[in-house]
Amino acid sequence: MLTALVFAPTAVALLLLGLPRRTPSAAFRTIWVAVAASELVLVIVLWSGYRNGAGLQYEVRARWIPSAGVGYHVGVDGLSLPLLALTCVLFLACAVHSLRETRRVREFAALFLFLQTTCLGLFVSLDLILFFVFFDLSIVAMYFVIAGWGHKNAAHAALKFFLYTFIGSLALLLGFIGLYLAASPNTFDMVELTEQNPLAGRSVYAALVLLAIGIGLAVKTPTVPFHTWLPPAHTEAPAAGSAILAGVLLKMGTYGFLRIAMPMLPDVWRRYALVIVVIGVVSVVYGALVALAQTDFKRMIAYTSVNHMGYILLAVGAAAAVSEGSEQARTLAVTGAVTQMVSHGLLTGALFLLAGVLYERGRTYDMGAYSGIAAKAPAFAGMTAMAAFASLGLPGFSGFIAEFQIFTGSLGPRPLATAVSLLGILLTAGLFLRAFQQIFLGPLRLPDTPGTPRVFPDIRLHESAAVVPLLALAVVLGVAPRFLLDVIEPASQAVLELLAR
Amino acid sequence: MSTLLWALVGLPLVTGMLLLACGRTVDRFAPAVALGVGVADLGLAVTAAFQRPSASAPLLDQLPVQLGVDGLSGLMAVTVTSITLAVLAFSATEFGANEARARFFGLMLLFAASMLVTVTAVTLPVLLMSWEIMGATSWALIGFWWREPVRVDAANTAFLTTRTADLGLYLAAGAALASGQAGTLGLDDLGRAGEPWLSVITAGIVTAAFGKSAQLPFSFWLSRAMQGPSPVSALLHSATMVVAGAYLLLRTGPLLDASGWGSEAVAWTGAVTAVALGLVAVAQTDLKQLLAASTCSQIGFMVLAAGSGAITGGALQLVAHAAAKSLLFLVAGAWLTALGTKALPALRGAARRYRTAGVTFTAAALTLAGLPPLSLWAAKDVLLSAALGSSPWLYVTGLAAAVLSAVYGAKALWFVWRPEPAVEQQRYDTEQHGTRRVPRSAGPPLVLLALGCIALTPLTLQPLRDHVDLVLDSTSQPQPHGWELALSGALALSAAGATWAWADRTLALPSPVKNWCRDWLTLERVAQKLVVRPVFWLARTAAAFDDRILDQCIDGAAYSTLRFAVWTDHTVERAVDDAVGATAAATRALGRLARRPQTGQLHQYLAQAVAGLTVLAVVFALVR
Repeated sequence: MLTALVFAPTAVALLLLGLPRRTPSAAFRTIWVAVAASELVLVIVLWSGYRNGAGLQYEVRARWIPSAGVGYHVGVDGLSLPLLALTCVLFLACAVHSLRETRRVREFAALFLFLQTTCLGLFVSLDLILFFVFFDLSIVAMYFVIAGWGHKNAAHAALKFFLYTFIGSLALLLGFIGLYLAASPNTFDMVELTEQNPLAGRSVYAALVLLAIGIGLAVKTPTVPFHTWLPPAHTEAPAAGSAILAGVLLKMGTYGFLRIAMPMLPDVWRRYALVIVVIGVVSVVYGALVALAQTDFKRMIAYTSVNHMGYILLAVGAAAAVSEGSEQARTLAVTGAVTQMVSHGLLTGALFLLAGVLYERGRTYDMGAYSGIAAKAPAFAGMTAMAAFASLGLPGFSGFIAEFQIFTGSLGPRPLATAVSLLGILLTAGLFLRAFQQIFLGPLRLPDTPGTPRVFPDIRLHESAAVVPLLALAVVLGVAPRFLLDVIEPASQAVLELLAR
Repeated sequence: MSTLLWALVGLPLVTGMLLLACGRTVDRFAPAVALGVGVADLGLAVTAAFQRPSASAPLLDQLPVQLGVDGLSGLMAVTVTSITLAVLAFSATEFGANEARARFFGLMLLFAASMLVTVTAVTLPVLLMSWEIMGATSWALIGFWWREPVRVDAANTAFLTTRTADLGLYLAAGAALASGQAGTLGLDDLGRAGEPWLSVITAGIVTAAFGKSAQLPFSFWLSRAMQGPSPVSALLHSATMVVAGAYLLLRTGPLLDASGWGSEAVAWTGAVTAVALGLVAVAQTDLKQLLAASTCSQIGFMVLAAGSGAITGGALQLVAHAAAKSLLFLVAGAWLTALGTKALPALRGAARRYRTAGVTFTAAALTLAGLPPLSLWAAKDVLLSAALGSSPWLYVTGLAAAVLSAVYGAKALWFVWRPEPAVEQQRYDTEQHGTRRVPRSAGPPLVLLALGCIALTPLTLQPLRDHVDLVLDSTSQPQPHGWELALSGALALSAAGATWAWADRTLALPSPVKNWCRDWLTLERVAQKLVVRPVFWLARTAAAFDDRILDQCIDGAAYSTLRFAVWTDHTVERAVDDAVGATAAATRALGRLARRPQTGQLHQYLAQAVAGLTVLAVVFALVR
């Protein structure tokens, strides 16, 4: 079932490429939306069959390269299931949002379907090499999305994105090989490696492996100081590409921390937890500050991603501080981290799609070029206001549920760091209010560069059909998060048990 | 039972969101729907106050949402819903067809709903949720007329200032969980935490309360919040938002006591705010600004009550002030609509011109001034007698603030009851174009509020006050002695009388002091200078660092790699290539050399063989 979920999009993508050239582009769009929708249905079926707290489920094992200890091993648990669902939701939203796309639709759809396979595949992988393959293929697919459908300087930004994250992935591979060599018998299987804990008691070796894996994941997440590929990639990418990049691809990094680094390297993770916490706090504050100074709407959102990912690092670092009676707090922190991944995916996805709506009408992301467009586009303004307030952590939206758990859980183990990172939610509040005021409120002014359409129509049906479900989900998670937390909580307890070894 | 409570908070919440979602298409029905919800919710609140329901729903891991109604929250719920109803009724007449009524009434309902959740919250997470939603809704309401940047700026200031203080609640929640003593983070359990967490919790709660209640040093946001529509001010200043902080402090009295320092800090901050912002109110020349400063000052009394443990006094002060202040703002709003101004000198004779508004305004202003026998007079004495129990200085400070209340109350009254100028004033229409009429339908809510103001008076006096004690479960509250009542009454009357007599004479104070007071103690400018500007500087510096140094380093690394590649191509590659070429050339030379002896002539080969064999023989001989 998982295999079908993962590879069906690629199969359809190949099919699309095989169709005759004269096929109308509407057919491609329809197929794309239909596949994305059926993937979502599949994941819902998966979710409904999932038994909370019963560990890995839907496991599939197959021989792949047995001589090198590499196997095809997939499965889901409470950490990966929410991310699978998020991936399917976001890809469907992007498919709907791109219903008016006219440039090389067939290739665009095929690329996104392939990208969906790599994302889903990464989250279900239970083998390090399989994980690595999907990790790298996602970079390749995203490179083509940015370079092929991006704005003016897309080629440069795409190259930077590719090289930077590719180097990160090489560091990751180095770390994986380090784990492989330490295990006996040698294996890349995640479940076996987690059980073996092969680097227990080998301090220098383990520290080097953690460093390699840490850098690899930190580049992808991204955390300060490895984040500089993110703003240009986002500014140049098309809206749907940005939404997937921020919504799903960034989660690969943080997911790796929870799936690989924490359970497989518990000793050394605990020893260097303070470093993780510091990187997290620096990302939170620095990301928010730099975002505050931006004049480009999309660049600003990109930097808030650095800020939001920082909270996750803070939580996973703080959760390593093992002390008596802190189980509840640490579970909250880890659950908050996973919730934050889902929440950030929904909200930043929505924000980037909305940024696409803005660009489509004004042909610029420069906030100074706009003013008072709420008068022309009230529904668009209302949705952006919702997304902005949700993103600044307003209760009633998923962001609050995530951040409140992270803060409450992390304060006990790391009081100072958590107190400092609280400033992050204040700074994000400031920057979102400023941006919203600049673009939407005040007297009406539209950008008047040559080539800009004269009228500024309100959000169209297909655009709101993409954005509204994301916001609605964020509200549902913000008000009644139990259905998600029931899935995550046992998994985060399991991670903490593995970490405490 | 729990259905009642869910309905109480859910009805305005859901209706408000629906109105917002539907937008301008439902403008026509919005006022009627909102009024209907207001009436129903008032009924629900009264029922809840008697039945005292509680409700619970799971939220986070072992941290459920818990709501409950007890004496204090029941009283609060009734206050919130009744004031909301009055304000909604007034707004229905104020907001014409050209305004976005669905948005306005939706936001007002949402605002009231979040206040209702705040007052019925039993656990910290749900309190924090409603607390912040209230802040965000206030942003949308203050910036309701969003086309004017100054109003949106004011909204931003209000939201960011209160959110700064709200961080205290996040801190308190984390600390409570870290202490391991707080169970489900119930508000009543917070005091059981051990040090150092206890102090963190207290500091967090107190900061958040001060921010919301616009106590020092956060008071300035309330001055800016005047940019919102008048009904918003009427609701925000009376039964919601600003009193939330005071309510939270009244609610967490045990925590303040347990911390050892909390009570005293809270009591003194309240007292100092009451005096300082009282002075600010006296110095104002704008009616709405005067009323705003007086709100801070009056809430200072409630905070003082919370710090002195005077639950009854604080609650009575809260309820009585809510009725008076909402009425004052509504009338100020009605005059603003009619005359286009809210400057005190321009409002001369406004009360004579519009009698209903004038008379109701007078009832509220007299209450605000704390003149006997009206409700705020005795309510203040109840809480001040508790202050006297803890420190005579606190009592004296409180009395001074009470005197200031009489002064600013009388000052506002004096202006609006002056004889109307004979000719139509040039000073009208400074803010907006006045309609020169107060609609007839605005009368009923004003009259009802005025009656409420007066009807609350007996509650503050014996024997009814004992019943209030019972309802609030706050027995053994200190009771004011007769002399205290007489003293404060006499002081209030004489201060009000003196103000009335000398109202148009300026006080002989140096003008810097006056300007300082008029400018709300320049708190906002200080905050701009000490916080906002450094943050922006830091942001710009960080962004420059990010672009010019960090990113350049990465690009530099990439370019260096490229240059290294070129260098390798030019230098190393050439060297290797040259070496290979040289080897080839040498081999070729050797080959050429080897070709030489091969002449094809037999005698030469023979000579070579002889020479070779000779060499071999010599070597053989030597080696042996």
